[in-house]
Amino acid sequence: MKQRAVLDLSRLPLHGMGSASVTWWGTLSFMLIEGTGFALVIGVYLYLESLAPEWPIGAPLPDLGPGSVLTIILLISVVPNLLISRWAGREELRKVQIGIIVMSLLCVAPLVLRFYEFPALHVRWDSNAYGSIVWTLLGLHMSHLATDLGDTLVLAVIMFTKHGPNKRRFGDIQDNALYWNFVVLTWLPIYGCIYWIPRL
Amino acid sequence: MTTPDFAPDSRDTDIDRSLVERQLANVWSTPRGIFGALATVDHKIIGRRYIITAFVFLALGGVLAMLIRLQLARPEARVFSPDRYNQVFTIHGANMMFLFAVPVMEAMGVYLVPLMVGTRNIAFPRLNAFSYWMYLAGGILLWAAFLLDMGPDIGWFAYVPLSGPQYGAGKRADMWAQMITFTEVAALAVAVEIVVTVFKQRAPGMSLDRIPLFVWSMLVTSFLVIGALPAIMVSSTSLILDRLVGTHFYNVAEGGDVLLWQHLFWFFGHPEVYIIFVPAVGMVSTIVATFARRPTFGYLPLVLAVIATGILAFGLWVHHMFTVGLPRLGESFFTASSMAIAVPNGIQIFCWLITLWEGRPVLKTPLLFVYAFVVTFVIGGLTGVMVASVPFDTQVHDTYFVVAHFHYVLIGGAVFPLMGAIYYWYPKIVGRMMSERLGRWVVGLVFVGFNLTFFPMHLLGLNGMPRRIYTYQSEMQWGSTNLFISLSACVLALGFLLFFYDAIRSARKGPPAGDNPWDAGTLEWATTSPPPDYNFAYIPVVTSAYPLWDEREALPVATGLRLDRREIVVSTVGDARPEARESSPRNSIWPFWTAIATSIMLIASVFSPWAVIWGSVPIAVALIGWFWPKGVPEDDA
Repeated sequence: MKQRAVLDLSRLPLHGMGSASVTWWGTLSFMLIEGTGFALVIGVYLYLESLAPEWPIGAPLPDLGPGSVLTIILLISVVPNLLISRWAGREELRKVQIGIIVMSLLCVAPLVLRFYEFPALHVRWDSNAYGSIVWTLLGLHMSHLATDLGDTLVLAVIMFTKHGPNKRRFGDIQDNALYWNFVVLTWLPIYGCIYWIPRL
Repeated sequence: MTTPDFAPDSRDTDIDRSLVERQLANVWSTPRGIFGALATVDHKIIGRRYIITAFVFLALGGVLAMLIRLQLARPEARVFSPDRYNQVFTIHGANMMFLFAVPVMEAMGVYLVPLMVGTRNIAFPRLNAFSYWMYLAGGILLWAAFLLDMGPDIGWFAYVPLSGPQYGAGKRADMWAQMITFTEVAALAVAVEIVVTVFKQRAPGMSLDRIPLFVWSMLVTSFLVIGALPAIMVSSTSLILDRLVGTHFYNVAEGGDVLLWQHLFWFFGHPEVYIIFVPAVGMVSTIVATFARRPTFGYLPLVLAVIATGILAFGLWVHHMFTVGLPRLGESFFTASSMAIAVPNGIQIFCWLITLWEGRPVLKTPLLFVYAFVVTFVIGGLTGVMVASVPFDTQVHDTYFVVAHFHYVLIGGAVFPLMGAIYYWYPKIVGRMMSERLGRWVVGLVFVGFNLTFFPMHLLGLNGMPRRIYTYQSEMQWGSTNLFISLSACVLALGFLLFFYDAIRSARKGPPAGDNPWDAGTLEWATTSPPPDYNFAYIPVVTSAYPLWDEREALPVATGLRLDRREIVVSTVGDARPEARESSPRNSIWPFWTAIATSIMLIASVFSPWAVIWGSVPIAVALIGWFWPKGVPEDDA
């Protein structure tokens, strides 16, 4: 059919940041999916807990040490994470390069601690339903830590190549930071479930 | 994929249209050959593949249905063994739900949503390619398992403890659970793509109140997928864990619970019904408007009804569990919510009836399918309100009454609109018309065949015939009704065969369709049939809900996009104000390799938990290949 030009888009930016970027919305959608998954697994935890005559089932209370240290590290990591997102918004390459190395290290630390968390539960996944659900909670969150570590490492390498200083990469840094906040935020209710609900 | 003649940052402004089209074709094309086929990220090619694959699974599932009818046609039949029969009905159900109904609806969205909102490709086109390969691998897994006598035999909802380690020996239940993982990954990916396409890639001016009703339906469906599918992922994964590494989620002896399975499954399973049904109402709204020759009556109530259905869908799951002995108060709540969902659906029916009443209906095949839908779906809806009542449900639970009810809502409520939608959009997708004469025969055979097949099942159910039974004794007096049903099923099958024949024949012999054969009002009809690789040479500027009806003189369009890279317009969520010119990824082979690597990991993990660890390495490599910047114009801002 016939057409008539009524709008000129040539002055629009070549890439939108934040809510003007499709990847930002994609990240948000995946957070919604995974958040639903976390909520459901927490629901399973509470459901099994409500059925059990004693909780934890056949195991001592989990040790608070490794899990609490991990929580503190995750909370601290939010500060450089917010900073790197701000630097990426201002396209400050040098600061972003330093920040992404810091964030890579801050992704590794909780993964190391997680290996001390599993023994601190004092129950195996195949001992009973309590063991199954706490191992699943830790494992599910650990898979998110590992995924984000992989993502962060690849981005860190890219930022030191010729592809680094580019608006789209800075957007990737921001989306990655957004996702890390999500990984930290979802840990808090899981931490409460595993370590504090049995103590109530 | 070269960009020879055009310097970086060249625009379409003040260039001859034919030159613009040639350059766009150059930038957006899918190369011929195997590599091009595996690497394409064109939503139209992937959507078409998705639709065809889903219909192949429909045909295969239909063959199983006919085998079931053969077995049940007379008392004490021995067409195949009871063990095979268990696999046949399980795979019939699982195939129809996970490999046909959900994928075909999402596939229609993959093909149509970008065209209807006036953009050049779906959001995250590579994820879209990945999604298709995952879906295909999941389908092949289920059917290969069936052919190897490893097919699941636990019913499509795989209740524990039957599917658990204690009773479900071998790998049959794992095949079911892993097929779920494949198809849900695929479905979730498409849901994200559709949400972001609808939110951010609408043509300038397509504010929320100008979004086509089918697109609204797909948006709500996508949110249903995002809310519901994680539940089936959690349940199927925990089932695999129980079976493979000895967890105790469903082992009562160790603090687990069998009803937990039913809660998780139906928290997914009930919204699943609406994941299939909501796109169908979008199709109905579209077809009704076009053939009533007027905008649908009650745009706002229709949109709100779809959203309300989507929300209420999450509050109904316990009505599948009325007979397990839950607290009375809970049952009453779920009875109320199950009846409440009839209200928004009733509103939609009345809006369509008023649209037809006020319009000048043109009785073409798509509209005839809508008529068939209204009649059939109302019957299915009424039996739905009946089984929402606990005392009644207790009587008919697990009988053929329920089989009749859900075939009425699923085939009547979703497959009839889908077939109407195929007749409606086929000319756009293929460029040729399907036969109107054969179409009328198809509607007639399918409608009559369906009702003759499934209506008597209500009576069988009331007479006490249970679901899933292998055979029955002649003293039960169900023989003649079952024979009648089996003969009627042949009429229904004939209707489907004719439909497939028409679809295949018309691809070569149908009369050319032209851009807008139905004189419809939405944007997909503003481009050629089939659309070019880039969908629109110039992005439309939308001024109403039916732009082609309201801008008959000349369609307003936007200019100023670049010609040296794949470029789309990103707009605001509310009023679709353009805010950026964004690049859209080029073809890539990496989604295919990622899907291969993921498939290997998922299938191997059924046999060894360590596969999750070593299997992650190739996936990570493929993902890095996928996301690593290639230095093409699309990678730079």
